[in-house]
This record gives sequence, structure tokens and C-alpha cells, in this order.
Amino acid sequence: MIPPRSASGAPPQGGAPSGPAEPGPRLPLGARFWTGVLVAVIVVAVVVPLMNLAVPEGHVLHLSDFYVSLFGKILCYAICALAMDLIWGYTGILSLGHGLFFALGGYAMGMYLMRQIGTDGQYKSHMPDFMVFLDWKEFPWAWALSDSFIAQMALVVLVPGLLAFVFGYFAFRSRIKGVYFSIITQALTFAAMLLFFRNETGFGGNNGFTDFKRILGAPITQNMKVLLFVLSGLTLVGFFLMSRAIVGSKAGRVLQAIRDAETRVMFSGYDPIAYKLAIWTLSAVMCGVAGALYVPQVGIINPSEMSPAAGIEIAIWAAVGGRGTLIGPIIGAFFVNGAKSWFTVAFPEFWLFFLGALFIAVTLFLPQGLLGLYRKLRKRASADQA
Amino acid sequence: MVYRLLLCLFLAVAPLAAFGLTTEQAARIADGESEDRIAALSEVVAAVDPALGPLLEALLADEVKVAGGKAYIVRGDTVTEAASGVAATLPADAEDVVNNNRVRREFEAALAALKLFSPDAAVRAKAIDDLRDGADEGNLVVIEKAIAAERDAGLKARLEILRAAVMISSADKAKRLAAAQLLADSEQPATRSLLIEKLASETDAEVKSAISASLAKVQSRLAWGERLGVMFSGISLGSILLLVALGLAITYGLMGVINMAHGELMMIGAYATYLVQNLFRAWLPDAFDWYILAAIPASFLAAALVGAVLERSVIRWLYGRPLETLLATWGISLILMQLVRTIFGAQNVGVENPAWLSGGLQVLPNLTLPYNRIAIVVFAMLVLAGVALLISRTRLGLFVRGVTQNRRMAACVGVNTARVDTYAFSLGAGIAGLAGCALSQVGNVGPDLGQGYIVDSFLVVVLGGVGQLAGTVYAGLGLGVLNKLLEGWQGAVLAKIMVLGFIVVFIQKRPQGIFALKGREA
Repeated sequence: MIPPRSASGAPPQGGAPSGPAEPGPRLPLGARFWTGVLVAVIVVAVVVPLMNLAVPEGHVLHLSDFYVSLFGKILCYAICALAMDLIWGYTGILSLGHGLFFALGGYAMGMYLMRQIGTDGQYKSHMPDFMVFLDWKEFPWAWALSDSFIAQMALVVLVPGLLAFVFGYFAFRSRIKGVYFSIITQALTFAAMLLFFRNETGFGGNNGFTDFKRILGAPITQNMKVLLFVLSGLTLVGFFLMSRAIVGSKAGRVLQAIRDAETRVMFSGYDPIAYKLAIWTLSAVMCGVAGALYVPQVGIINPSEMSPAAGIEIAIWAAVGGRGTLIGPIIGAFFVNGAKSWFTVAFPEFWLFFLGALFIAVTLFLPQGLLGLYRKLRKRASADQA
Repeated sequence: MVYRLLLCLFLAVAPLAAFGLTTEQAARIADGESEDRIAALSEVVAAVDPALGPLLEALLADEVKVAGGKAYIVRGDTVTEAASGVAATLPADAEDVVNNNRVRREFEAALAALKLFSPDAAVRAKAIDDLRDGADEGNLVVIEKAIAAERDAGLKARLEILRAAVMISSADKAKRLAAAQLLADSEQPATRSLLIEKLASETDAEVKSAISASLAKVQSRLAWGERLGVMFSGISLGSILLLVALGLAITYGLMGVINMAHGELMMIGAYATYLVQNLFRAWLPDAFDWYILAAIPASFLAAALVGAVLERSVIRWLYGRPLETLLATWGISLILMQLVRTIFGAQNVGVENPAWLSGGLQVLPNLTLPYNRIAIVVFAMLVLAGVALLISRTRLGLFVRGVTQNRRMAACVGVNTARVDTYAFSLGAGIAGLAGCALSQVGNVGPDLGQGYIVDSFLVVVLGGVGQLAGTVYAGLGLGVLNKLLEGWQGAVLAKIMVLGFIVVFIQKRPQGIFALKGREA
């Protein structure tokens, strides 16, 4: 069993708004909520950068570069988990294709970063190394805009968004639901992975993109990485507030009603397709943005990011933390990925056992996730006191 | 292997028969300028002297030394004089013979040409195959002699094609023209590539048109074999998908359980086959060829047992919550995979085909049906028949159908639904084990074995329609054949993507699958 306290055991430096558990979405946002958000922003934007850059190495409070990049990575994962929660936890649609949207955002960013390498690559060519290696003389059509930062950033949003919109339109229109939808999204991811593995597709084949040198002309140093970390953290907080607003709004109520009884929503005169499509597309865009923030921090993007396993893992982050709460998936992302980085160093062969057991334990014993467990324990404690 | 042995035998016996090869010729072949050596070689080859064989073999193995106008074969400690085959002592001033690649090629071709006269038909057939790549006009005389000597009609026809293939490179236009016309009768895939190549390099218009006419004929003849080949590999892939999907059709189609660990149950079946194979190798080496017959029930039982444990411990609590089952069984699949990795190691293990499953049935010159693939098609049909009978004719099948259609009513009339669930799930798992046993005969057996099939097999079930065995059959075979057809046209990856696209579109039109259950629930 998972120790009950590990919900709050997420690293405090992580900067996720791991403040006090917030009241349910229908209650007015209280002072405690905003304090939590403020604390998160301060941790992400001030405390972590100071602990990494200003505190000298060897000091107790020094945060090593490794941890900054690890937490930065997890912040991006947390955005994915939040996106997954919107579509799964609040709308009841389990997508196994979010890894694809994440990777597409990452690839759009990666293309720009590849162009930024300029002639510093192995072959001293203005083309990316893998293209020189394949003896290509011209950029494929998909790379037409890759030189422009603005254009690529637009693609980070547009590509996952458009794909999700078109796919979702057809899927929701023919009322593909539940497990069918999950399987079809998984098939979509699988197909995309096969496509990206090919050299001919023009995205570096199974090596993907790596060896990035600079962004907007500035070299990727530790300072830049800290900046990216801060950006990821602020994006997460921003998305969190946005999700909060959506979930608390009338539209959010409709989404939850769709989750609980779609036919009744339809009979009440609402068109579920529009709602589902909107939240589905938004969720995909969030994943795309997360991917774009992820790539420069990790320094590599390859097709394994869109493997079916990666898509399912996003779902487990949301499930472990607690579906249908906004803070839960963020906690879940920190918990699972923290455990992953600990296990893969300490007991590499036991990681999959642990992850597998986590999948089973959460579905069997913790349908509300860690957050649900925490709430149950607190309720019991207060009942004992009374 | 057999061929090698025969060849050795032939070469060992041959020198005793005749010694037409003179000492002087042997020395000329072994030593001198490349041009002279090749000239000497073609002189002797034309005379079809069996004594040449050992010399060429030795030359190719770098076992020849020359001294004082004589060639010696030095094999270990024994030294023989090349021409006579008589034992000799190696002179002190003997030098190594150095063969460049060009000379080597000539030697190889000559050696193959010599084998055209072997008393063994299999050796001759192999020699024809070898010559197809390396023959040139120098071998033409020998080939013609061989045609005259050949008694076997089939081999004779192949020799004539071979002669034509050599002649088509001739400098003489009349010869090229004749050869181009002769080649129209060929059934060999290699002839096609030869003709295409010659069509590109030919300059004479008349010969060119003759070549393209022959090419068209050869192509139309080969097309049949290719079409049948694609069909067969499609059916073979389809029957694998069918085997994989049959188990899913029971667990998902009938019970509504999304079993993401299905692939891992297949893996368990494959590893059970591996263990049975090892047991046979250790204890019953005489009966090794029949291990597969013991492996079939073993793989079924192993996977069914794991399935029963899973059902009792995890899946039981998740009925009616398909998304949760999906996640939980994914977790199970991770654990099973890691378990196998811990026990057997991350590398693939070797599962050997029994002798009677290796090799293949040659239907057309360019179409060979491997026995193991045929066996899988037959096996899939047998399993399908068995499952169909089990579901439609037995008491257990009746219970399974009853529980599927109306669980409460079935419970009311006294069916132990919990037990039926366990049986049905283990049946599905056991069939997955059988699929794993079958897969071990055609592919690699490793911890990731199941991962590659899980997406495909779910698509088969989705496409076929839930709650249906017939739909699964059509969907499995249909997807297999479609996949292979597209593969021939667009390559493996694009074919897979197109199939996935097709399924997504298909589900748009018919969300209930090919065959839908009639009634309000469908």
C-alpha cells in the first residue's frame, strides 16, 4: 500500500501548487486558494532559481542542476496530467493518445531548435545533421516555417489542436465512446509513432532531434534551463487557473453532466458534441504546449514519446493523484515520476513491478486517487475528534 | 549440408577415375598472369575433367603452392601433386599462390560448371543456381555439353535458360536475339531482373523489342506466383491475428473486459513452449521433433492458469468498469513482462522449429509456402472450430452465453455466474497461450512479444463487432490480407497506417462493427 502521507510528500521545491487542499469547485474561491497559488508562483519563479543559481554548491539549500531539470520535466508532465484530467476526470473520456499531442508539440519546438543549431552541427551544414546524413538537399515541406520562432510556436498550438479537432469531430459525431474511443486513440498514436520512426517522414527517424544549441540565438545554458523551468511552472499555474475557471463555469457543469449521464444531457437540449470537442481540443493543445516546454529542457525528442505506453502513463498520473480534482493529477505526476526517477536509480528492475502494482492498486483500492485517500483520512480524523 | 557431403564425396572419388589434367595445365592454372590462368582454365573446363575439381577447391581455399612448373595441393601435412593426385614431397622453393578476386570468380564459376556433371541431380540443380549469377561466355561450351548430357527434362530446361542467360550478354547480335526469345519460357524470378537489366543496356532495336516481348511473358507468368504469395502471407498473418483476437473476442466481446495483458498471456504461452522444448531436449532428445504436440496443451494450461488467477484476484472487482479494467490490466501486463524479464532475461530465447515444420512446399518456381505458416493456418482453423463448438454446443458455452446475455437471469436460474466468469476468462487466456505457442514457431520469443500484437488484435475485435465470433474471424482474416496487399504496394509502415486509417473511417460508418448484435443493446 502507498503510505497515506506521500500525497503531501511531493517535493516542496517542485513548485506545484501543493498548498492546502482546495475546496470543491462549486465553492467560491477563498483566500486559502489564492495563497496556495501565490506560494506556488513564488516557489517556481523565485525560490527554485535562487536555490539553484544563487546558493553556492555544497550548501544545504543548494538545488543541483539535475533536480532543476528533473522538476522541470515533471512540471511538463503535470501539465499533461492536468489536460488528461479535464478530458477524463471531468468529461469521462479516456484518451490514450495524449502522448501523441505532447510529442507533436515537442516536435514543433524541436524543429525550430534544430534550425537554431545553424552550421554548428557535425557536418557544418545549414541543414540538420540527419538530413545531411540522408543526403537531402532541400527541406521537406513540413519544415517550411521552421526558421521562424513565432511560426513554430503557433504550430505548437495548431498542429495538436487541429489534429485533435478533426479526429474528435469525426469520433464524437459518430458517437464513439468509452473503450472504443480509448482504443482508437491508442491506434492513432501507434500509427503516428510508426510514421515518425521512418526516416522518409522527415523528422529524424528513430533518433529524433537532439543536440540543441540555442534558443532565439541565446545558448542553452543553465540560466536558460532555469528560465525554461520558471516558464513551465508559470504555464502550469496558468493552466491550472484556467482549468479551475472552466470547471467552475456553467460549461464545466455540462462537461461533468456528460461524464455522468450523456444521454440525459442530450435530452435536456444540450449538444454534447460541441462541449466534448471543445474540451478535447483544449486538452490536446495543453499537451502540445507541455511538449514544447519539455523538449528544450530534456534536450531530445524522439518517437518513443508517442508510444502507446507513454499515453497510458499520462492516464495513470491523473488516476494516482485523483481524477475529477484539479490538484490531484499534478500531485500524481510528481508522485509517479518522482518514484520513477528514484526507482530507476535505486532498483531499476523493480520499477515496472512498482508501476504495474500502482496501476492495479489505484484502480482497485483508490478510485479517488491519493487525494481521495487524504480526504478520507482527514474526515476520519475529524470524526474521531468529534 | 547434404549437398556439401555429396560434393566432398564426389571430389574425393573423382581423381581416381581419370587424369586428363596434365601437370603443365595444372601449373598454368595455378601460376602466372590472371589472363593466362583464366585462358588455361577455360581450356581445361571445356574438356570437363573431374580432376580439376580438387585443384579448384584447393585454389579457392589457398592450399596450392607452385614449384618448378608443378602445382602442389598442401592440405595440413599431406602434399599431393595437383594433376595426378599422387602423394609428393613439397620442394623447398615452393611458393604460395595468390588469387585475386577476378580469378576467384572464374574458379568458382568453373567449379560450378564442373558440378553440372555430377551424378546427383540435386548437386546439378544447385550448380545451375550457382552459375546463374557467375556464368559468362567462357562457360558456354560446358553448359552446352551439360545440356547434351542431361537426362532430367526439368533440369535440361533450366540449363537451356541458363545458356540463354549467358548468351544474352554475347557480343554477337544473332546470339543475343536467339537468347532473348529463349528466355521467354523461363519461370525464374532471376530471369526477370536479368531481362530488365539487359533491356536498359541493349542498344540494338530488334534485340530490344525481343527482350521486352520476352519480359512481358515472364512477368505475366511470375505475377501469378506473386499474387498467390501475397494472398498466402495475408492469410497467414490473418490467421495469427485470428488466433490472437479469438481470445480477446471471449474476454472483451463476451465478458466486456478490456484485457491489455492479453499480449502478455500470449508471451506466457510462448515461454511455456520454450520450456517444453528445453525439457524435451534434456530428457527426450529422440522425440524432440514432437515437442510441439506437448507444448500446445502446456501453453494453453499455463496461460489459462495465470488467467484464472488474474480473474480471481483483480478483474473480478472491475466488471462493468471497462476503463478501470483497461488500466489495471495494463499494470498486470507491465508486471508480467518484468517478471519474465527477471526470470528468463531480457534477451529473446530460441525456440526451434521441429524438423517437420521447417522447409516449405514449392508450388511455383517463385512461390514457396513455408510449412510452419501452413501449420499455423491449419492450427488457427482448428482452434476456431474448437472454440465455436465449445461456445455453441457445451454446457459451459451455454452458461457463458447466458451470463453474457443476462447475468441476473442466469444467476436466478442457478448458474454460478462468478465461476462462469473465471472459466470464461481462463478460456480466453488459454487461447492467448495457444496463439503464443503458434507465434513461437514463426517469430522471436521475448518479453516484448505481446506488445506488437495488442493494438492489432483490439482493432480486429472492434472491427468485427463485440459479442461475435464470426465477426472476429472475418475481421482477422480481412485485416491480414488487406495489410499484406497494401504492404506490397506501399511498404510495411505505410500499409499499417493505411489500415489504421481505414479502421477509423470504418468505425465512423459502422460503430457497431461488421456484425452487430441485433436488438436494443447493440
